[in-house]
Amino acid sequence: MNAVTRADFFQPSIWKRLGYALLVVYVIYAAATLGLSWERIERGVGYGAKFLAGFFPPSFTKSDLIPGLLESLQIAFLASLFGTLIAIPLSVLAARNLMPAFVTWPMRVIIILCRTFHPVIVAIIAVKAVGFGAMAGVIALTVASVGFVGKLLAEAIEEISKKQIEAIRATGASFMNTIIFGVVPQVMNRFIGFVAYETDSNLRHSTIVGVVGAGGIGGTLFAAFQRYDYDFVAGISIAIIALVMLGEAIQSYVKRVFR
Amino acid sequence: MSTLSIRQLAKEYVAGKPVLRDISLEIEGTGITAIIGPSGTGKSTLIRCINRLIDPTSGEIHFEGKDLAKLAGAELRAARRRIGMVFQEYNLVERLTVMENVLSGRLGYVSAWTAFRRKFSNDDIQRAFDLLKRVGLADFANRRADELSGGQRQRVGICRAVMQSPGLLLADEPTSSLDPKTSVEIMELMRDLARENNVPVVINIHQVQLAQRFAERIIGMSGGLVVYDGAPDGLTQDTLQKIYGGEDWLAT
Repeated sequence: MNAVTRADFFQPSIWKRLGYALLVVYVIYAAATLGLSWERIERGVGYGAKFLAGFFPPSFTKSDLIPGLLESLQIAFLASLFGTLIAIPLSVLAARNLMPAFVTWPMRVIIILCRTFHPVIVAIIAVKAVGFGAMAGVIALTVASVGFVGKLLAEAIEEISKKQIEAIRATGASFMNTIIFGVVPQVMNRFIGFVAYETDSNLRHSTIVGVVGAGGIGGTLFAAFQRYDYDFVAGISIAIIALVMLGEAIQSYVKRVFR
Repeated sequence: MSTLSIRQLAKEYVAGKPVLRDISLEIEGTGITAIIGPSGTGKSTLIRCINRLIDPTSGEIHFEGKDLAKLAGAELRAARRRIGMVFQEYNLVERLTVMENVLSGRLGYVSAWTAFRRKFSNDDIQRAFDLLKRVGLADFANRRADELSGGQRQRVGICRAVMQSPGLLLADEPTSSLDPKTSVEIMELMRDLARENNVPVVINIHQVQLAQRFAERIIGMSGGLVVYDGAPDGLTQDTLQKIYGGEDWLAT
């Protein structure tokens, strides 16, 4: 019989230990250079309380609340629709189990580029390009949707069962027919989930792109901040929360219907 | 003239390591031809070369006046329509209904727009329903394929293949995932449907008894070559030993 000890199976790794040590050092370094300290937090709590006190009672009476909200809603809806329509062909072409590498690579690069920058940064560029207003917001969130839906849908397509595809191909089906009968049924459920999530996320983002002038309730919010109009800020914030919760409710309903 | 004529077919997945060495076969008539042989000897590869789910390295496959080994694109798809295939794991599209799965046998004949809207002709739908009735699954037409049992799924798989109006049926171990009783039922169904539709069947099969019971001709493969080709009752112990190797497993 061979005698074995713990060390035969669980060898200590110097690299792992070094990694942990480096992590600790980095956390201390980062906190120190950024000037994080308790005193500032303590002082900040006081300012924050004063600021929050200005929120009450919230005001909903200003006339630009409803148009701003509706514009955000429209931006979110259109961006989700356009983004999804662009993402569908893009993700089919980006799926490595359907397409050769020289097709999937350029498509993957496009999708990655769409995901690289936060929607607000894209919105700043779009405002420069097409001017202030909702169109810039739609463009910014469309880009974000192409990136999100495109990436997840391409991954979903890559995970489908090859056997079902093989059977459809064996019937003499064309490439498009194979997509329609072999691929679509396998990814439809997840696709609905992605689009619902993306619409929900666009709804949230559509309330912020206005800060940089890309339309929607965000512009109203930012203006109210600058006027120290805090009760209106509170009113807008509550309206945004209501809008996002509505989006959440619709999303869970849609998912349930398509299960 | 025979229905299917395979000449000097060879397939190498890795250069210098052939899976199929030199296969020449003539398939004719309407009966079942069973291919037996040990796992890894190229039975599946042979079947898949015929409808070009796998591309052969060399050789010819003559079917309905064309050399399938040389076809590509639309011509290849047109040829595939005439070759139905039944799979070991049924390979139904699980999230589609039974009816849609059977109708997918017509996908080689309809446009993408038609397929997308499910605008199959009434003739196709009637035939699909008659086939489902024939295999005893008419009540399941609107059920999703993943709600069915293995035997039921394989019957749907067979309906899909027959729905193509094939001139040849291929089956890759159609009973390997099924229990013995269901296996026999599936073999009976394939034999009967082949007879009714006047189409020859080539089946890969692991169970020698099933092969002997249902096939009119048995092809024994070993090491990428045909080592036996003849009647089921010609399968002696010696022949089986030649096909599968060893002898201990034959002892009773």
